[in-house]
Amino acid sequence: MSKRIDVKDLNVYYSKFLAVEGVNINIDAKSVTAFIGPSGCGKSTFLRTLNRMHEVIPGARVEGEVLLDGDNLYGPGVDPVTVRSQIGMVFQRPNPFPTMSIRDNVLAGVKLNNTKISKGEADVLVERSLQGANLWNEVKDRLAKPGSGLSGGQQQRLCIARAIAVEPQVILMDEPCSALDPISTLAIEDLINELKDQYTVVIVTHNMQQAARVSDKTAFFNIAGTGKPGKLIEFGDTPTIFSNPTEKATEDYVSGRFG
Amino acid sequence: MTATLTPVRKRSALTKGQLPKAAPYIVLAVALILGAAILALIGFNAFGWGIVSAILFTAGLVGWSLVVEGVRKAKDKLATCLVVGAFLIALVPLFSVIWTVLVNGLPGLLDPGFLTTSMNGVTGAFDNKTVEEGAPLLGGIYHALMGTLLITVLATLISVPVGLLTAIYLVEYGEDRALARAITFFVDVMTGIPSIVAGLFAAAAFFAVVGPGTKTGAVAAVALSVLMIPVVVRSSEEMLKIVPNELREAAYALGVRKWRTILKVVLPTAISGIASGITLAIARVIGETAPILVTAGFATTINANVFSGWMASLPTFIYTQILNPTSPSNPDPSSERAWGAALVLIILVMLLNLGARLIARIFAPKTGR
Ligand SMILES: Nc1ncnc2c1ncn2[C@@H]1O[C@H](COP(=O)(O)OP(=O)(O)OP(=O)(O)O)[C@@H](O)[C@H]1O
Ligand SMILES: [Mg+2]
Repeated sequence: MSKRIDVKDLNVYYSKFLAVEGVNINIDAKSVTAFIGPSGCGKSTFLRTLNRMHEVIPGARVEGEVLLDGDNLYGPGVDPVTVRSQIGMVFQRPNPFPTMSIRDNVLAGVKLNNTKISKGEADVLVERSLQGANLWNEVKDRLAKPGSGLSGGQQQRLCIARAIAVEPQVILMDEPCSALDPISTLAIEDLINELKDQYTVVIVTHNMQQAARVSDKTAFFNIAGTGKPGKLIEFGDTPTIFSNPTEKATEDYVSGRFG
Repeated sequence: MTATLTPVRKRSALTKGQLPKAAPYIVLAVALILGAAILALIGFNAFGWGIVSAILFTAGLVGWSLVVEGVRKAKDKLATCLVVGAFLIALVPLFSVIWTVLVNGLPGLLDPGFLTTSMNGVTGAFDNKTVEEGAPLLGGIYHALMGTLLITVLATLISVPVGLLTAIYLVEYGEDRALARAITFFVDVMTGIPSIVAGLFAAAAFFAVVGPGTKTGAVAAVALSVLMIPVVVRSSEEMLKIVPNELREAAYALGVRKWRTILKVVLPTAISGIASGITLAIARVIGETAPILVTAGFATTINANVFSGWMASLPTFIYTQILNPTSPSNPDPSSERAWGAALVLIILVMLLNLGARLIARIFAPKTGR
């Protein structure tokens, strides 16, 4: 239940502005891949092209191919909704649905699509997803309470539970810990380690230690200057990127000399 | 014996150069007394007393502050006086309207059968009897109340789907398309349509389609819809716009289709604001007189069918009772009925406003644990 992603010559545009240029990358199934790079280099933009969330923004478009186990996401006739139900996403800021209870938030992917599900199955799904997101023990007594009453870290794990409840092949995370304290961050990092047994995980982070701790492979993005497109500079095994990178820019960035 | 050094109690250095706390009250008392004295010289009246006292109060407080506290504080006091004054002036008409309607309307409202009978068969002879022989006041507003409710409900049923769907199109699908810009423009234009013109439009439209002289509750409802739709569009649009994009994206990322996202995430999030906007739009049109006069006419009997026959409504009832009293020689009973109807109308509007708040509270996204 996880698939690999291969990206070929991807250019990403906001209207006329070329934000990311010429990305080629191969992401293995059941692995954790980290995207690092300075602010504005297009990490979020690129990540959002991997589940066709990019085109939600008016004027945004993409050139090139993204293959999910060989099937092009951007092929003619591909329904973005199908793509998104296979490739889930967790956002930088926790965004539980304010009108729904904790339980309904977890079931959102099912309920919003009007899929019929018995109460028993729903209970199992809620417990399994919340267990998977390391949140079950904290919320099992108040599943009917609104999701917005949780702490920021709990909300973020609720969003992860919501994402894994639809059983995607791939989970994309855009700086999932940037609003969290070290303990919640640790909980989520542990979670990512567990998730990779079942899912392909891609995570954007500004935290080098985090990238080093959780990821198998690391991709370094950089930008030549404002108004220029972001590019994938180097992609390789995480230990190599952090200790022995080929590119000078990567070495400067990971050793903290710039960016 | 230990010598403790208690500092002599003096005014704190931090509060030096400030007016005492009671200063405004002192100035107010002086201003009221002075104002009464001045007014006594030129002939006393309460309104003049209020104005003169307010001016004296402002001058006194600002002057005192200028001497003791300096220019900056004096300016602050002046601005405060002006703001509070403006607020009080704005409240005067509101309270005077409510008071007048309450005083004049209560006797009518308390007449037995006022809310449960119509004007069917009530002629000038009865009113003459009431005035001359003290017979109980006959006739009521049942037909008008029913007409107002029916027409307003029908107008709401027309306006809410049209207005809400328009707002959804503008916010969720419009982006910057020419059609969306055109709709926005025409909604703005519609907002400014005088209500009588809306009435004439509805009347003319029905004359052309159904037949000349068509005057029914439904025509009035269409006229009111013309007035209501832009209000509903505008308020719903604002409410939909403040739904954070993150929630839409969260739903999309779960593989939820756009229309389902709108139906199940965006609308529930915004529903409290939308519902109270709609209620306020209803309150806005429920008192319209002119468009109903030219579209539903007026009636003295109960007509519960909005699709045939003339229909009464509270505003037109008030209008006809004042303008053509049931008994031309004794207009007092008619005006009592008109004031009673006015009171009922105001109560309806207030209930709608309360309802709007209640709805907003009930539907508001729940927080807390
Ligand atoms: N909605 C948008 N419309 C137009 N340009 C955008 C939009 N969002 C981002 N950009 C531009 O695209 C470029 C890449 O932005 P992106 O958000 O992907 O950077 P990032 O690497 O995620 O940065 P950060 O680390 O700060 O999150 C930036 O130049 C940014 O200004
Ligand atoms: Mg980003």
